[in-house]
Amino acid sequence: MHIMEGYLPASHCVAWGAVSAPFVVAGAMRVKKVVREHPEVKLLLAASGAYVFVLSALKLPSVTGSCSHPTGTGLAAALFGPTVTTVLSAIVLLFQALLLAHGGITTLGANIFSMGIVGPFVAYGLYRGLPAVGLGVPAAIFAAATLGDLSTYVVTSFQLAIAFPDPAGGILGAAVKFLGVFAFTQVPLAISEGLLTVIVWNLLGKYSREELSTLGALQGRPA
Amino acid sequence: MMKRNLLLLLGVIVLAVGPLIFHSKTAKFSGSDDQASELISTIQPGYHRWALPLWQPPSAEIESLIFAVQAALGAGLLGYYFGRRRGYAEGKGASEGRATH
Repeated sequence: MHIMEGYLPASHCVAWGAVSAPFVVAGAMRVKKVVREHPEVKLLLAASGAYVFVLSALKLPSVTGSCSHPTGTGLAAALFGPTVTTVLSAIVLLFQALLLAHGGITTLGANIFSMGIVGPFVAYGLYRGLPAVGLGVPAAIFAAATLGDLSTYVVTSFQLAIAFPDPAGGILGAAVKFLGVFAFTQVPLAISEGLLTVIVWNLLGKYSREELSTLGALQGRPA
Repeated sequence: MMKRNLLLLLGVIVLAVGPLIFHSKTAKFSGSDDQASELISTIQPGYHRWALPLWQPPSAEIESLIFAVQAALGAGLLGYYFGRRRGYAEGKGASEGRATH
């Protein structure tokens, strides 16, 4: 779940927008370059965006007795890199802000930062880093998708905590409360996203080897 | 691979259905964003929500319609992608098979 319309002070909206904008621009340029140099991966790019679309629409029940939805950004981050995923996330966030009153236009920058930047960078780092220290690729994909998802909601919690510090506990006190709402709820959902992403990765490994090697996404994986 | 994927899918189903059974009597399963806005109003009771969504789905039914459309668009495209790739892989295998005979 994203920060709702009007729930961040205007100065915070502007600040998060300013932080996120360069990533969106860099991502858009990267999308253009990838599509121009490798038009054969266009459909896979669309499918990665579709994955974000599906997972963001699935509001799932959690052990906390409340609902939230996964992000779906780990797959695109592993395939195309983090900034391309920023663009895909921005599209989904805009769709939900305009048509579903979910998230918001004023909070778009903040939500792009959590879902489109931190999550994908965490996922990409784990996807590249874990095989380098000896972990198998499926395990790395699982960790990337799970922790990319979870980190998004940790960031959301801190964004709200900075905006609404607790009168007694300050920013950290508020962060604990918001983490209780967002991050704890998200744990089983993040694991679900990890499992689903491994399923898709297995299918890609079977049917899309050419595209994967085009993207260099199979790096470090024995052919 | 199919077997492993089915096991993974089973894991997802357990994670989704488990909370429904576990909390069947007590929980409301409201959205975490609604809970966050409640939390904001307890931390800073005077906070004035200064912007409202430009448009809101007029009812919960319409909202679930749009969520379903979102999921259907995504799932449709994913299905199209894997269908194409699978057809391509099998077509290639078949034509290679013919070439050797």
